[in-house]
Amino acid sequence: MSAGFAFVPWNEGLVKPHLFVLLTFNPRIMAHTSTLYHPSISPPVDQIGVEERCARFQTRSIKNETKTEMLKLALSMIDLTTLEGKDSEGKVKQLCYKAMHPHDILPGIPQVAAVCVYPTLVRTARKALKGSNVKVAAVATAFPSGLAPLKVKLDDTRFAVEEGADEIDMVISRGKFLQGEYNFVFDEIAAVKEACGKAHLKVILETGELSTLDNVRRASDLAIYAGADFIKTSTGKIQPAATMPVTLVMLQAIRDYYYETGIMIGMKPAGGIANSKLALHYLVMVKETLGAEWLNPDWFRFGASKLANDILMQLVKQQTGVYQSLNYFSND
Amino acid sequence: MSKKHSKEQKAEPTLDFNSKLKYAAAPESASIANIKKQYDLYINGAWVKPAKGQYFETHSPANEQLLSKVAMAGAEDVDKAVKAARTAYEKVWSKMPAKERAKYIFRIARIIQERARELAVVESLDGGKPIRESRDIDIPLAANHFFYYAGWADKLEYAFPGRKPEPLGVAGQIIPWNFPLLMAAWKIAPALATGNTVVLKPAETTPLTALKLAEIIHDAGLPPGVVNIVTGAGATGAALVNHPDIDKVAFTGSTEVGKIIQKALAGTGKKLTLELGGKAANIIFEDAAIDQAVEGVVNGIFFNQGHVCCAGSRLFVQESVANKVIRKLKDRMESLVVGDPLDKNTDVGAINSAEQLKKIQEYLKIGVNEGAEMFQPSCSIPSKGYFCKPTLFLHTSQSHRIVQEEIFGPVLAIQTFRTVEEVIEKANNTPFGLSAGVWTDKGSRIFTLTTQMKAGVVWANTYNKFDPVSPFGGYKESGFGREGGLHGLLPYLKLA
Amino acid sequence: MAVKSKTPATEPKIVSNGNGSAKATEPRIAVWKTYKIYIGGAFPRTESGRYYPITLSNGNVVNVCLSSRKDFRNAMTVAREAAHKWASKSALIRGQILYRMAEMLETRGAQFREELQWMGMTEAQARTEVEQAVDRLIYYAGWADKYQQVFSSVNPVASSHFNFSALEPTGVVAVVAPEESPLLGLVSVIAPVLAGGNSCVVLASESRALSAVTLAEVLSTSDLPGGVVNMLTGNLKELLPHIGGHMDLNAFYLHTSDAAHIKTAGELAALNVKRLITESQTNWSSPDAQSPYRILDFCETKTTWHPIGI
Repeated sequence: MSAGFAFVPWNEGLVKPHLFVLLTFNPRIMAHTSTLYHPSISPPVDQIGVEERCARFQTRSIKNETKTEMLKLALSMIDLTTLEGKDSEGKVKQLCYKAMHPHDILPGIPQVAAVCVYPTLVRTARKALKGSNVKVAAVATAFPSGLAPLKVKLDDTRFAVEEGADEIDMVISRGKFLQGEYNFVFDEIAAVKEACGKAHLKVILETGELSTLDNVRRASDLAIYAGADFIKTSTGKIQPAATMPVTLVMLQAIRDYYYETGIMIGMKPAGGIANSKLALHYLVMVKETLGAEWLNPDWFRFGASKLANDILMQLVKQQTGVYQSLNYFSND
Repeated sequence: MSKKHSKEQKAEPTLDFNSKLKYAAAPESASIANIKKQYDLYINGAWVKPAKGQYFETHSPANEQLLSKVAMAGAEDVDKAVKAARTAYEKVWSKMPAKERAKYIFRIARIIQERARELAVVESLDGGKPIRESRDIDIPLAANHFFYYAGWADKLEYAFPGRKPEPLGVAGQIIPWNFPLLMAAWKIAPALATGNTVVLKPAETTPLTALKLAEIIHDAGLPPGVVNIVTGAGATGAALVNHPDIDKVAFTGSTEVGKIIQKALAGTGKKLTLELGGKAANIIFEDAAIDQAVEGVVNGIFFNQGHVCCAGSRLFVQESVANKVIRKLKDRMESLVVGDPLDKNTDVGAINSAEQLKKIQEYLKIGVNEGAEMFQPSCSIPSKGYFCKPTLFLHTSQSHRIVQEEIFGPVLAIQTFRTVEEVIEKANNTPFGLSAGVWTDKGSRIFTLTTQMKAGVVWANTYNKFDPVSPFGGYKESGFGREGGLHGLLPYLKLA
Repeated sequence: MAVKSKTPATEPKIVSNGNGSAKATEPRIAVWKTYKIYIGGAFPRTESGRYYPITLSNGNVVNVCLSSRKDFRNAMTVAREAAHKWASKSALIRGQILYRMAEMLETRGAQFREELQWMGMTEAQARTEVEQAVDRLIYYAGWADKYQQVFSSVNPVASSHFNFSALEPTGVVAVVAPEESPLLGLVSVIAPVLAGGNSCVVLASESRALSAVTLAEVLSTSDLPGGVVNMLTGNLKELLPHIGGHMDLNAFYLHTSDAAHIKTAGELAALNVKRLITESQTNWSSPDAQSPYRILDFCETKTTWHPIGI
């Protein structure tokens, strides 16, 4: 526990008053009710225990029809991402085509879940993806640092939504969080949520800057209580990005919230998930932590750029029995 | 996301762990097992037929199929083995420079590593434990145990300040069926490192990996008679314990049999170590890292089907978090895979024997009759073989038999508590004292609990961890003497 | 009860009461001490009302309590209560109390020497016995806060855990003291039990019981909490089944050369898996008679694990 507040044991008695407020007034619309989050509602996390559990997920052996099913599922969960300073309309159009046609030679291949771009490229993506089910996600709120005035962040968000973004990936103010200014962070998220309107809000915790799993858990709870539809690990700009332990802790926060409220929150690990074997381990983790209802693109996403082709290679290998080369898979 | 992304609250939020993504079968190949049709006794460096010519069958508890026939050692055979061990002790092993002794033990460690996959498969076939456990825990730990003690052989004088350590002579060792190869390693490695010779009797339901170990010891070139493996049942063990030319008895098994051995050895001057039963308390405080605690509870009671002397079979949960913990525990149990021990995804394998399954099932009946609320996950279990679903009993008290008695199966009895004093009192309210678990985020409370637990091994914010360097053994009726670490040398030495 | 049954050789005789030899300036009737047992910090008589006589070298006969199984049972109850109290004292305090016992013994040396002579020792033998007993207490007083460091370990496990093994007291120990060495032998077997943080119930040398009772008087003035040491006088053969069989006894130290006793004790120990330590024919003056390994006999090794994370 970090200093700066009195630690109160986490138990049911403490959570319930929050829930009372939550269920009565629906905090997701009430941006100013920042007293809803207190770190005492977040249980401590034991790092070694989390790592051991993650090691167990990785001993699961995924074979045959389960493997094919899970590979396709993983592909359908990808937020195909380009977040570079040199991103252009041309690049985004190419990416969008890949999103809709991952590997047309192979029948029965799903489209990815979304294309994730900067706000100025939303319109391009929106147009390129027209007619498909692929969503447009935009990073906003002065991504990736988040170090901008709230007004700028809200304008950024509104702009992206107006341009046609279905989903907004915001970043939290990590500096403020680490200072213990939970209310500030809570209010920002709540305000951005309001600015999102009908767009869904993914809240990026940037776990690589949070240092401890205790902080990851607190940031998860804070984001969920403040109105996140999804919580997301990373911007991809900071190492480490997504890891299994961090993702597990976030899944557990989602589970505890679901236990208390019946409300489902989505999860998006982003960055660092480059191969399909690792992606399948993540799906095992989702399956054994949250269960079947989260095993679809509505509730679980991978933020990744290289993962799609690795999954495609494995799918072709499953079908042909022959190990594949990237030369045979389009790289947009 | 979108239309499904509704925010309406569900009446009773439940999680569904079974309707999607069933893991396809992922069996480890049994072809590597290489089990002979029949095994003789390993005495004096050779495979010899039992004097009476009797053999017993060993089966796979997962499908009841015959695996092999194994020699039933009688008193004559035990006598032959002890004589071989005595001769080897006097003529060879005690005279060999310690550093050379060490190299033989290192060789055993290395060959176990080389044949690890084969040993893991045989262990799972013969004993029913999941291949994940035999592959990742039993076999590596067995190899590491030999590796650890090998290094001690020529350094013993540093272990006991002010004393000159000397071997005892011939050690008679009896091991149980729950960790067949690992227990053989726990017994043989320190005995050899300290300069003793060995006659070891494996359990009758799981003799195969000990016989494989005899092959390994043979291949390692150990002098004949230094290690002898005599297979058999209780009578074989009794013949070994009561043999007049044994200097040391080491037994791991039930408290009931341990007491019989202790009584039998009264007045004989034979040195004895006992590693017996347990009924460990696993205690969760309200400030604990709950998700990791739940995982620790699962690992504490369902590891190796609960056939673990140090299993955390009594769970104490602080009342303020009891509902939360139990709910999470039940959900976690839904994701346990019960079934074929050779399947790499199996979490809970087969119960070791029909007899043990019957005992566990009797306790399930007792628990229900005592009025405790039973919970089992919705998983199916194979129709053939000996299987038992992971089981919880809620609303139990110290007065329930399922709380007091060692079930040695995947059965957890849950009690709630209010205060620190109360839970310490209840945790220690048992004749056993092998192990305990404590889950709390508060450092000073950890030390109060770990020092107050009358138990030889205390896991704080973890459970069921084992390591060759870590001494293991019990207080009270859980036995005496330690295995593992520096402390594990002492039972095999006299200090001059 | 301490009243003799036979008339002493020279009457009246001035008998020391332990406060140094009195000089007879005029004939005075001596005050004799009743040798009682020591349970829970008090000096009761045996509940059985029984006694056995010990004839002293000066011709006096002392009637000593013939303790019963119920005395043993009562002593066990208070020893169990005291065990936790004693174990929870700091090692430093345990050492200081053992040292205080040595001080008390030293200052009452004359009384012990006299009693030892009454029980058959020469003056030189008695002097050595007392001096060595004091020294032995000091030896173990010093060990009280050191044996942990000698016998404990930090174990370098392969996983990310901090793992250490440390000693804890076994609990309640029954001590059957050596028959031949009524003070040095007795101190030599009690001191390691106490240094290790255990409480005990002691059965004193049957034939030479006086020093044990007087030692109990030393203990009662040494800041040792009542019940940590309980001193019984009586007959081993009679009490052995009750000691060996007691289900609340954790460890049993038995000094005897009687093979039958050792076998009986071993068989009874199996009832609750007691730790049984037997010894015979010890030369209590030899350096081997004192050792931290004697403390280790009455300790349990506890291994504790905890994750190392952030």
